[in-house]
Amino acid sequence: MIDRIRTLLSGHPMIPLDFSALSDDANLYDAGLTSFASVQMMLALEEEFDVEFPEAMLTRRTFASLANIAEAVSQITRKAA
Amino acid sequence: MNVVSKIEAAAPAAAVEAPAERMRRVVAVAVEHGDAVDREGRFPAETVEALKRERLLSVAIPAEYGGEGLGTAAVADLIAQLAQACGSSAMIYAMHQIKTSSFVMHGTGSEWHRAYMRRIAAEQLLMASATTEAGIGGNLRNSICAIEVEDGRFRLTKEAIVISYGNYADAILATARRAPDAASSDQIMVVIPNDANRTIDRTVVWDTLGMRGTCSDGFHLEAVGNAAQIFPKPFSEIAAQSMLASSHIYWAATWFGIAADAFNRAQAFVKAAARKQTDGTLPPGALRLAEAAAKLQEMKGHLMAAIHRFDAAQVDAARGDDAALSSIGFAAEINALKVAASEKAGEVVRIALLVNGILGYKNGTPFSVGRHLRDTASAPVMISNDRILSNTATLLLMSRFDTSLGG
Ligand SMILES: Cc1cc2nc3c(=O)[nH]c(=O)nc-3n(C[C@H](O)[C@H](O)[C@H](O)COP(=O)(O)OP(=O)(O)OC[C@H]3O[C@@H](n4cnc5c(N)ncnc54)[C@H](O)[C@@H]3O)c2cc1C
Repeated sequence: MIDRIRTLLSGHPMIPLDFSALSDDANLYDAGLTSFASVQMMLALEEEFDVEFPEAMLTRRTFASLANIAEAVSQITRKAA
Repeated sequence: MNVVSKIEAAAPAAAVEAPAERMRRVVAVAVEHGDAVDREGRFPAETVEALKRERLLSVAIPAEYGGEGLGTAAVADLIAQLAQACGSSAMIYAMHQIKTSSFVMHGTGSEWHRAYMRRIAAEQLLMASATTEAGIGGNLRNSICAIEVEDGRFRLTKEAIVISYGNYADAILATARRAPDAASSDQIMVVIPNDANRTIDRTVVWDTLGMRGTCSDGFHLEAVGNAAQIFPKPFSEIAAQSMLASSHIYWAATWFGIAADAFNRAQAFVKAAARKQTDGTLPPGALRLAEAAAKLQEMKGHLMAAIHRFDAAQVDAARGDDAALSSIGFAAEINALKVAASEKAGEVVRIALLVNGILGYKNGTPFSVGRHLRDTASAPVMISNDRILSNTATLLLMSRFDTSLGG
């Protein structure tokens, strides 16, 4: 899951982070993630996994690390299943 | 600050009186000098001196560090009180409080910042801000300049094109990239005290339509110092969790106070006219006044709701739950406050001008609102409303409008 997310986000032109240099738990905001880029991230994830993030998950914490994102996506897909 | 006023500022006697009572005395000073400050575009030295004398620069600092631990609502009230006398003085006080909130919310994890907070309280130090940079403008979550840290020391050079009261502040809080090879949004904030370790050379003179007394000149800033002066939290977190909300709330409180004073002047005008009206009808301005009151009420409601939400989110965060504080919906709401309050303030003042007519248009009458008009004209450009709306447009892709009325 994390690798799929890493690959997806690495190829995104609007998210200027070097994901190959970031560990699963590295704080993406510290690495320079802006709110604009986090929205791009959310849209890309929703498209890729065919999900919609519920309001309660739309916080900075959800997008703070690759591990957090993977956890959130699997929570949503689990619920949908 | 001279020695005498330093001793006065240190006298604890004043601290037993309620902050609003102490601010009343500051307001009297600000009323006396407001027009000269505006006309000459000079720093409101007398008013800031009075703020220090009344120990009002440390009201928001927790008691354990020598302050009074006031919350957002109480501080916003003090700002609005001062804004009814002098918009520039109130904006200076507001900006100082915004910087203070960074210390209170993000500085307690560092010994250097805790010690400096004690100094702010003990010596009544005035804090200024340098986020805006040549080539970046109001996009404060990006920096061009970078801090260089080596062997526990830092070095920073910044083309800071707007630093309000930069020449008069006791310290400047500047943003910069974390390192020369860091991304533009990977920022830190560092405290740069006014001492031998820093130089500021004025590069741009602040000669503006309004907010003239903020003396927001541009500077070439160079500083070295102890790396411990860098805030322990990344600027992304400081911006999201305290600076965005406190800026927009305290700026809006300033504009609200200015608009409220224009409203009061229009109300006095209408009352005077009503007394002359012998047939019992209302003077024509009365209807406009009612319209202005509705707008002022809107401003107040919006501001109070934002303060309430920010305070509640802060209480949660203090208990370890920062979900509300870091929610996208909260950021969108706070952005909306800035845009709405900045527009509404100008509307209220323009109505007051219409009500007061030529006596409002003239300077130096009890009904003058020229300074109010010019001061509030800065509101939509103080971080361009268009920039803020386009940020909100992005945020709205990932948040739903909260329709709850609190029931
Ligand atoms: C009274 C006052 C005091 C200030 N004090 C300080 C201070 O102490 N420290 C400090 O660092 N700064 C200070 N500033 C500067 C302030 O923080 C902003 O940097 C400044 O207002 C410029 O913001 P801007 O976004 O309009 O400018 P720019 O980013 O230069 O934008 C210029 C213009 O381009 C347009 N624009 C830019 N970006 C967008 C966008 N994304 N969408 C739509 N339109 C856009 C807007 O029309 C805008 O007016 C102060 C400003 C004022 C008015």
